[in-house]
Amino acid sequence: MKCADEFRSREITAPLVEEIARSLVRPVRIMEVCGTHTMSIFRHGIRSLLSEGITLLSGPGCPVCVTPASHIDAFLAAADLPQVTIATFGDLIRVPGSGRSLAGARACGARVEIVYSPMDALALAQKEPERTVLFPAIGFETTVPTIAATILAAKRLGVTNFLIVAAGKTMPNALEALMADPELQVDGLLCPGHVSAIIGSEAYRPLANRYGLACAVAGFEPADILAGLLSLIRQINERRPDVENCYTRVVSAEGNVRAQQLIADVFEPADSEWRGLGVIPGSGLVLRNPYRSFDATKQLALPERPSREPKGCRCGEILKGRLLPPDCPLYGTACTPLQPVGPCMVSNEGTCAAYYRYSGRKTGTIHHEVPSLSAATTESS
Amino acid sequence: MKTDSIISLDHGSGGLASQNLIGGLFLKYLTCPQLRDLEDCAMLGEHAGRIAFSTDSYVVDPLFFPGGDIGSLAGHGTINDLAMRGARPLALSLALIIEEGFAYASLERIIASVARASEEAGVAIVTGDTKVVPKGKADGLFVNTTGIGIASHRHNISGKKAQPGDAILLSGTLADHGITIMSRQAGIDIAGDIESDTQPLHRLVGALLEENAGMVHALRDPTRGGLATTLCEIAHASMVEIAIEEERLPVRPAVGTACEMLGLDPLYLANEGKCIIICDRDGAEDMLQLMRRMPEGRDAALIGWVGEGKAGRVTLTTRIGGSRLLEPLTGQPLPRIC
Repeated sequence: MKCADEFRSREITAPLVEEIARSLVRPVRIMEVCGTHTMSIFRHGIRSLLSEGITLLSGPGCPVCVTPASHIDAFLAAADLPQVTIATFGDLIRVPGSGRSLAGARACGARVEIVYSPMDALALAQKEPERTVLFPAIGFETTVPTIAATILAAKRLGVTNFLIVAAGKTMPNALEALMADPELQVDGLLCPGHVSAIIGSEAYRPLANRYGLACAVAGFEPADILAGLLSLIRQINERRPDVENCYTRVVSAEGNVRAQQLIADVFEPADSEWRGLGVIPGSGLVLRNPYRSFDATKQLALPERPSREPKGCRCGEILKGRLLPPDCPLYGTACTPLQPVGPCMVSNEGTCAAYYRYSGRKTGTIHHEVPSLSAATTESS
Repeated sequence: MKTDSIISLDHGSGGLASQNLIGGLFLKYLTCPQLRDLEDCAMLGEHAGRIAFSTDSYVVDPLFFPGGDIGSLAGHGTINDLAMRGARPLALSLALIIEEGFAYASLERIIASVARASEEAGVAIVTGDTKVVPKGKADGLFVNTTGIGIASHRHNISGKKAQPGDAILLSGTLADHGITIMSRQAGIDIAGDIESDTQPLHRLVGALLEENAGMVHALRDPTRGGLATTLCEIAHASMVEIAIEEERLPVRPAVGTACEMLGLDPLYLANEGKCIIICDRDGAEDMLQLMRRMPEGRDAALIGWVGEGKAGRVTLTTRIGGSRLLEPLTGQPLPRIC
């Protein structure tokens, strides 16, 4: 980790912190899109180093957080089938659907295994041919190429007991939908490093042009994030919104064309429901015709009911950066990391979980128990 | 598999097969005379001091891992629990719950391992029990050890005794056991010197108390939940604030890399051979030097201080000079998706 160590040394970060403080001439609101950025900002105590004029908002970049209850309910319906094993990424298992979570289903006897890659799920299917192994295929452009490669491998190997629920999502259309919201006040976007490695930094150009939005692609080490913030503050000061790539050791302008092709070979764009944001046109990925036999929703006739957001949960507005976690009436009372209601509290990368874990705020700013908010029973379908 | 190469329900029946298992396997490795007597309980004689008493069950998966196995872990774990109150371990019990069909050879390996751990630590296994449950009713093998020790009146070590101004020492590197187990569970073969740190700490603690009995206020081994959770427990119990510094935390490079890969925080991963020593700051340097001269404490470090601040709060100064709160672990440590 010598490489990472260099980006974590105070010798490198201290001058960046000073330069950010010097450059700030007016309050700015910056959204970090990616959940890993959110985590890193908390983990390294970056907020504590920044002046008060910088507000960091966490965007919709945690794949677990934006997976809607309807998808979780589909995973749960599959988990209840006696012949099905769910092989899932770890941080999905505690996310509640309309009621239960996969962890709850496992406690009641369902087979739910944690895997680290879709290839592990495929290997499990080969090892247990008498069972059907279902991989909940959530993730952004970072994760989807591996899922596509797994589908191609399954087809090549003739594995028929491996299925996925195609729940992958793509970032550009979601950001477009967010930025088009007139209520959202964001001066700059800290663009996700991993996703950008695939889609390329130029993918944000339309946002910069159309909305006058400062964009900076940044990596995940403290020095990367600080350099990204500095770039954004300079762009905002000079009123010259641009896309600056501050992560050139990983991200190129055009991205990873091979991975993009892999995604396009196996998946095609479709409308997709995002937890708290509703349906965003063209922001999801479904299996192309030649690979439909791997589609668990069809093969197992899983329910495709619209989601009901949990009462009072403000995850949607938090994902949009309109509210901070303590502004949610459930924060710290009905919704804690041990008993999460909304997805933002479940995932390690979730804004609420990160806030709860690292900021010391254990209670919300709103203290009435049953909220009389219009979002209380949002039907997002 | 031949039927005599696996454990059957007969081995737990109390009849002839049980006797064969005890005589042919357990007593082959566990050689304490009191155990050999096969009485209903062991008599430990008369000992001056306060009696320390602790129990722990072991359900680790996998049963065998780099650096140890469930047997050595079960021996060391209970010895360490006794040591964390400043007690000198006297004797251990060993109870097994075995799933029908468990490989005899694996059981033999585990018994040999727990026997070796007990012998090397100088803490005899003096009583035991074996049960066999039908296939599917357990996960291979569960082990329980219970230990008795004697603590001197010269000290009163407890998690409630941390005081403002105290120094916080850590006896060695973080997260070795946790990352070993989690990378095995993940089926990831990480190159490098990653292995469990399972080891007994009673000699290290004994040496510290021998020289500095009154100076040591609290001892804890940061097992499940890791360093962060254990410090939170101490901060709550002692009603003090604790501040530690990331730069001072010893983490092996390979462990750090593996944690990054799996999206895990070494502050929250289990250790099975490390202890936190909270002591009078005047004695801290001497104790560090003493620990570093012992194999189990060679990487010991001063990691932070106890303060008056807010009772129960634990803060970490990050390497870049930022500050963050450390909270107790919630649920299981789960790897992140990306």
